[in-house]
Amino acid sequence: MRYCVGIDLGSTTTKAVIVGEGGEILGRGITNSRSNYKVACDVALAEALIDARFARVSAELTPAASNEEQRGRLLRGLELRFREQQYRSHLAYFAAAVLRLLDAGGSASHVRAAVEWILERMSAETSTLYAEGGRRKSDFFRDVAGSRYMHLAEEASRERGASFDRMAGLFDKAILEVENRPADPDSFAVHARAAARALGESLPGLGAAVERAAAVPMERNAGVGTGYGRSTLPFPKDRIRSEILCHGLGAHAMFPGTRTVLDIGGQDTKAIQVDSSGIVTSFQMNDRCAAGCGRYLGYIADEMNLGLHELGPMACGARRAVRINSTCTVFAGAELRERLSLGERREDILAGLHRAIILRSMSLLARSGGVFDEFTFTGGVARNPAAVAALDGVVRENYGDLTMNISPDSIYTGALGAALFARRETLRCGSAEAEARA
Amino acid sequence: MTAPGDRSAAPARKDDSQLRQKRMMAEHYGRLARSPRTGEKNVYTFVPGNLTELVRSFDLLPVLPEINALQSAMRGKSREYISTAEKLGHSEDVCTYVKCDVGMLKSGNVGPTGEPLPNPDLLLLSYTGCFTFMKWFEILRQEYDCPVVMLHVPYQGDGEITDAMRRYVVGQLRDVVIPALEKLSGKRYDEDRLRGMLALSAQAEDDLVWVLKSAAHRPSPIDAYFGGVYYIGPMFTAFRGTPEAADYYRALRREVQERIDQGRGPVTPDGEMSAERFRVVVEGPPNWTHFREFWKMFADEGAVVVASTYTKVGGVFDFGFRHDPSRPLETLAEYCMGCYTNLHLPGRVEMLCRYLEDYSADGLLVNSIKSCNSFSAGQLRILREVERRTGRPAGFIESDLVDPRYFSAANIKNRLESYFQMLAHRRGAA
Repeated sequence: MRYCVGIDLGSTTTKAVIVGEGGEILGRGITNSRSNYKVACDVALAEALIDARFARVSAELTPAASNEEQRGRLLRGLELRFREQQYRSHLAYFAAAVLRLLDAGGSASHVRAAVEWILERMSAETSTLYAEGGRRKSDFFRDVAGSRYMHLAEEASRERGASFDRMAGLFDKAILEVENRPADPDSFAVHARAAARALGESLPGLGAAVERAAAVPMERNAGVGTGYGRSTLPFPKDRIRSEILCHGLGAHAMFPGTRTVLDIGGQDTKAIQVDSSGIVTSFQMNDRCAAGCGRYLGYIADEMNLGLHELGPMACGARRAVRINSTCTVFAGAELRERLSLGERREDILAGLHRAIILRSMSLLARSGGVFDEFTFTGGVARNPAAVAALDGVVRENYGDLTMNISPDSIYTGALGAALFARRETLRCGSAEAEARA
Repeated sequence: MTAPGDRSAAPARKDDSQLRQKRMMAEHYGRLARSPRTGEKNVYTFVPGNLTELVRSFDLLPVLPEINALQSAMRGKSREYISTAEKLGHSEDVCTYVKCDVGMLKSGNVGPTGEPLPNPDLLLLSYTGCFTFMKWFEILRQEYDCPVVMLHVPYQGDGEITDAMRRYVVGQLRDVVIPALEKLSGKRYDEDRLRGMLALSAQAEDDLVWVLKSAAHRPSPIDAYFGGVYYIGPMFTAFRGTPEAADYYRALRREVQERIDQGRGPVTPDGEMSAERFRVVVEGPPNWTHFREFWKMFADEGAVVVASTYTKVGGVFDFGFRHDPSRPLETLAEYCMGCYTNLHLPGRVEMLCRYLEDYSADGLLVNSIKSCNSFSAGQLRILREVERRTGRPAGFIESDLVDPRYFSAANIKNRLESYFQMLAHRRGAA
């Protein structure tokens, strides 16, 4: 299968989308961004290829599954077991790194005993973590493992007298080793096989479908990079596009009627106007200050000791939105603490914080020329239901009734645009990269 | 408006004009530094609405604090100077030219050549559309305890210069400014001498306009923003009305003609631009603390600025105005009222639209300055209106004049790259 890849290297996450020769999306992958950009890109691409192979498994299963619902359930089960296997693999690597660091650092025996206890507990609770309906702080190993490790380290510190700082320091070092681990090209085959075995014989032919999907050759035609770290991506200069163009084209591909795009990413907010072909006609980005971007929510999540994914759903439980005046992230944190001390409900405060970031993006939209029908909201923050609800309300107040598009895959908009640019390049250059390889 | 001896802005290979302007500026600053010993008197004044010919007709030397501030920035001194001014109680949001100037004053008033500048003998406040100018000289008056003369230039709120406005300015020149200059210099106002200087100004203006208009060629032989403020414009302000300025612009014109004949592009920080990919018009001042880096962001993308408004702060000459020796005071009044900072918003929009058209530009870029309300107020409306009228895309970036804390290279580069890619994408789709 030949594909074109678009990689969006953002400040918080790195996304990859692969499209087929007809421009159809084959797979999407995401990982947390890290200091080693190349590894982040490789991991995101590897995840997109895994996603594409899962789609292949689904196609292979079609004749065997009795109905769509059954197939869907089975695939979700397969993927959950796959993620469990993947987590176990990372955890084993992480544990080895921690123990190596312990050896090198010459730690006291009670620290070693505490760390070994943490690692054993983490390994033992993996099944619970990946049980049907299990709650995880995020999809990234750093967040999932970090959350559990720190929780257990607090307990170990309290009950076993080991230094929390020492244990936290070990995590910080070891997680870097895990994150700098190169992507494993055989990851799908290894973990999917194990996942299929774990599911037993719930559907005849599952193992064979996994084998056939794993065997499909994936050949890359071209790639285009975008995002904040794009200049460091392993692509030639002419294969790098600004995220503005990629978000414009990606939004157009997802919703062809799009005229205005709002993208709230980790550290910048973009208001983009596009024409009927997805070509950007004007744009505005926040410049002097990054308040009101995704990082704002990340900061608030940390302040409240919550996962980023938990913020929106909690804010949706608000009875009213507390007015938050500060546009500065740090000051908003101070306002948050003050409101909590005054006895305001966390849900209400969070709703106010979501409204504050949306109001900030409204001035950027106004600056770019306003909001036109259809309006598409993209970026990581578009996955947050409270942000979406606040935006919907404010946009309608200011610009009247219009179609507002939000895709569950909106975080991939930039990467999709980049992949489509890559495809165009392939068509234009007559597949120069492929020829060179041949 | 670069500093003699400044390396940060120096292109790889300099043209004769660049070397010559550097020499002339160094001589001017040397003369100022020696003036406490030679007895020459000076007049501190502003670039917009400057009365250089009139000042020089009394053998007085002009000192331009805005230029000193931007030169301090190019020498990497502005952060320290601004910090000094903030310690004295000047707010973070105040115009950074002012704070840089105050900090420089408090640090020995060392000019761009490394020699101290003389204290002002007179503060000639030409008030042309920037409210901060008044406050600035109010501060300097307190610091130096020296006389101030204010020339109040009426704003072109209706986009025209009326007889009453002209009379108002001429009256101030006759009744306030000239007597103050006579008193300072000990010389009588010599109108014939002024006429002679105005004639030289008009000659230099012809050549300056020719040079600016050369940017209509493809490729453009000049960069009308970075080159404009670096070696094309500054001579004009400090030396207008002198034979040296007239000679300089005649030579510059010949040099640019050669570039046109040879089909060569403009100088850039890394030498000559090899391929012109984008032609843009720029509104707003440049950033001076990262001048070279900022310029390179354009040059690396093959973007040349074919017209700019900041280079018209010291006077708008490309729509026909010339100093007229036959009406010396009236012409000075008209010059002051015609400066870019004194134009109303529709006038600025009109000018930008004409530039986009006349110079076949791909689009407009606005560099909005954090601490310059005078320039920045209305810029988004200007942007929107220019886009609407011309159909050409506009881009918006933000930085500051001389405060390095407000120049975020990664962000500006990101926005500029996005803007140029948008131009390319739209061109490809057209």
